Amino acid sequence: MKWYIDSDRPIYKQLVEQIELRIISGFYAPGDKLESVRELAMDAGVNPNTMQKSLAELERMGLVFAQRTSGRFITEDLKVIEEAKKTIAVQEIGAFLEKMKKLGLDKLEILALMEKVAEGENQNDDIKR
Amino acid sequence: MTILNAKNLTKTFGKKTALAQIDLDIPRGRIIGLLGPNGSGKSTFIKLATGLLVPTAGEITIDGVAPGVDTKSKTSYLSERTYLNGWMRVNELLAFFEDFYQDFNRIKAENMLKDLNINPNDRLKTMSKGTKEKVQLILVMSRSAELYLLDEPIGGVDPAARDYILNTIITNYKEDASVIISTHLIADIEQILDDIVFISNGEITLTSSVDEIRETHNQSVDGLFREVFKC
Repeated sequence: MKWYIDSDRPIYKQLVEQIELRIISGFYAPGDKLESVRELAMDAGVNPNTMQKSLAELERMGLVFAQRTSGRFITEDLKVIEEAKKTIAVQEIGAFLEKMKKLGLDKLEILALMEKVAEGENQNDDIKR
Repeated sequence: MTILNAKNLTKTFGKKTALAQIDLDIPRGRIIGLLGPNGSGKSTFIKLATGLLVPTAGEITIDGVAPGVDTKSKTSYLSERTYLNGWMRVNELLAFFEDFYQDFNRIKAENMLKDLNINPNDRLKTMSKGTKEKVQLILVMSRSAELYLLDEPIGGVDPAARDYILNTIITNYKEDASVIISTHLIADIEQILDDIVFISNGEITLTSSVDEIRETHNQSVDGLFREVFKC
């Protein structure tokens, strides 16, 4: 999996988001051991202190926990992961609705359009089959 | 505990002031970008830290001691221009460094040379500018120093090798060592920096962490630099 770092937002926040996404999407399974700070920093091409800060934040969020001698692990608490997923979904939908409003669409129009698009996707799936 | 401390540090060349009353503390375990336009005093600062130049006024100390024989064993310096002899082969340079510095790790250097496809039997003068730079940086980063002073480390290196070099920097320093990098290729290195120091006309105009800048200015260090030093 590749890391993407924008130039205009704090790096540690972006690392938090991307590791969070890796956990939610199952790239890291619950209970998995995380690589060391240095390995992760090298992989992402970032400063080890910044990676350290991101992991501390993920710990605070409950998505990662540290075991004193053996390193950091992904939480085994599925509820926490589910919560994180929901939070991100709500944020994404909020941003999406904001954009649709700018286009001048009201709620009903958005919903109708969404259904239409989703149906289209289903049909495409059918054709592929 | 700071690894480098400058107090009222001043350097003049004749009538020209290169550095004017600089106060700076560099803690251990950090990577610091020393950023400023051409002629702002970056190299002068680094040369004062190595002991190649002597302050006109004020003082600079490495681990509490003025630059000298003692601090040279703790600092690993990449000069902006090479001081190595062109007729030497890479192998000979490795022996040279091994001889000179107790903290030089030859195996580490050989591995990096292999990674960058540099033939240890080649002579320095037969190499391209970029390859020469790579060899120098490998020598410097293969030491286990307390303080690395890198003056324009990536200027002549292609982007792919740049990534490799930045990775060597972030993986090769000890946890309590610090790295000072002077450059104007900010966009390429800002991801690996903890803190930045903006220097302009021999004065420090801003010290901050990279993420602080991104947080407060909503732009990259590179963006802020372009804005602050707009011509």
